[in-house]
Amino acid sequence: MSVIAVANRPAPSNRTRRAVFWTIGLLPLVVASVIIVAPVLWTVSSSLRTPAQSYTLPPEWLPIHPFWGNYQTVFTTVPYGRYVLNSAIVCIGVLAGQLVTAGLGGYAFARLNFPGKGLLFALIMATLMIPLQATIIPVFELISKLHLNDTLISLIVPAWATPFGVFLLRQYFMGLPHELEEAAVLDGATIWQVFWRIYLPLGLPGFAILAILTFNGTWNDYFRPLIFLTSQQNFTVPLGVVTLFGYLGTGSISVVLAGVVLSLLVVLAVYLIGQRYLIEGLTAGSLKS
Amino acid sequence: MRMAANPQSFKGRRHGPLGWLREQSYTGTARRKALMAYLFLLPTILGILIFTAGPVIVSLALSFFSWDVINDPVFIGFNNYRRLFHDQIVLTAFVNTGIFVVLAVSLQVLVGLLLAMRMQQRMPRWLRYVFRSAFFIPLLTSGATISVVMAYMFNQEFGTINYYLGLFGISAIPWLNDAKWAMITVVLTYVWQQLGFTFLVFTGGLKSISREILDAADVDGITGWRRAWYITIPLLSPSILFATVIGVIGALQVFTEPTVLTQGGPGDATRTAVMIIYEAAFQYLQVGYGSTVAVLLFVVILGVTGVQFWSSRRWVFYQ
Repeated sequence: MSVIAVANRPAPSNRTRRAVFWTIGLLPLVVASVIIVAPVLWTVSSSLRTPAQSYTLPPEWLPIHPFWGNYQTVFTTVPYGRYVLNSAIVCIGVLAGQLVTAGLGGYAFARLNFPGKGLLFALIMATLMIPLQATIIPVFELISKLHLNDTLISLIVPAWATPFGVFLLRQYFMGLPHELEEAAVLDGATIWQVFWRIYLPLGLPGFAILAILTFNGTWNDYFRPLIFLTSQQNFTVPLGVVTLFGYLGTGSISVVLAGVVLSLLVVLAVYLIGQRYLIEGLTAGSLKS
Repeated sequence: MRMAANPQSFKGRRHGPLGWLREQSYTGTARRKALMAYLFLLPTILGILIFTAGPVIVSLALSFFSWDVINDPVFIGFNNYRRLFHDQIVLTAFVNTGIFVVLAVSLQVLVGLLLAMRMQQRMPRWLRYVFRSAFFIPLLTSGATISVVMAYMFNQEFGTINYYLGLFGISAIPWLNDAKWAMITVVLTYVWQQLGFTFLVFTGGLKSISREILDAADVDGITGWRRAWYITIPLLSPSILFATVIGVIGALQVFTEPTVLTQGGPGDATRTAVMIIYEAAFQYLQVGYGSTVAVLLFVVILGVTGVQFWSSRRWVFYQ
């Protein structure tokens, strides 16, 4: 082996050529990441400039004297704290419901046999194709009939049952070994015990994938809150940030951007905590052919 | 195996009205499992019936009515559909949506593909992590907040982007105030955010390409661009199909970015199909007409997705 390696070692000129090619190859990646990261950096640095300074060009990428006042102004201009609380309530509410429905439903399709299983699964999966816009008008009318419009419940309950969640957890439960169930049944476990004591704990990573995807989607949603919510004190964060943008417009950019940075902090936390689950969940559909 | 736990001798013995369920036999267990399965599925089925399947049918029904929410709905047959095909704004909105889909999805797929393939290159682990995070994190942000940021950056007078272009002698571009540029700005904002998805799909697809095929290509002296074009990309075609289908479905529903960035303007240059649905149903209270546009959009989504799968037989290659 080592003899061959030595014999194949490229001549020095070849090595510099390779280094040049290596650098050129990286160029698209460097350019793309700069384009992607620049707006985020600009947002953070501009949120730390005084409102009067926030127009000066070129932008000060590293504020030497960071001005934290904008972060206070956000909370006095709009009820930002309330927005965060509302978003948190909606996320937790949606999450709790979706984990229950998808966990039970996914398990039934993966592990239990019953008449009509194939048909029912096909029907539920067919609803994956239905876009939100094709259902939102009747759902809004239903919510209004129940006098639940402009409440957080209107964002929570309709999001409980999703075909995607059922599909994701079905895939996960199907990947777990069958033998455990057989052993448990021999020991006299009931159907519920097999689910609750064996497959639920083993399926937790699957639940984590769903939880993190659902949390992120709900936290960022703009369309449904825009339709269902009307009063300021019920707004979620994205709706609140757009409202803040509408109030201040180009008046004091740095205050609006402080609001944006606060909403991005949550996203960053989600990324740091759950990147493994996120990537697995987002590619789940593409890898299983 | 279950026979041991449920001896045959119990079969047929029934006790009380629920005996059929308690039966200690193979069929008894099967019945209990089926009942349990229906109970497990009940919340999902109810939720989907009430909030997805039912409303889709109601939307279809509403498209044959005129309804302003205050008075009772009036049946008007196909009048909404007749109006739809003569409505200039609807036509404009669907054309805009079409242009947006073509631009956004091709950009998303091409750049995602390029980046994923460049990541195959040897590099230190930390650098790989930095690139991957940079491409991925925008996907986690909200389209609404990012559009707010982009509205500032693309501003014609004080925007950062025009400032840096100015350094290269490019005069201030009316990113948001000109009909053609506004569409480009919406596309760029959308792609900035969604790029991570195609990147992830292609990264996953590249991992599944068997090493032997690539090594065989190397032995035959097929490298660089030729290897990418004749070997890697055909082998990646299932991922390209997946990314395109999901990308098109998402882009056809674009709403947030044009709403926040341009409010559909200037004029109607960036008004999209979903914006029309929103305005008709929730601002002008033409619930029936809004539903008609929603039905049309749904049909378009189904049709376009169908065509993509049908045509994929010609260009998708499965290993």
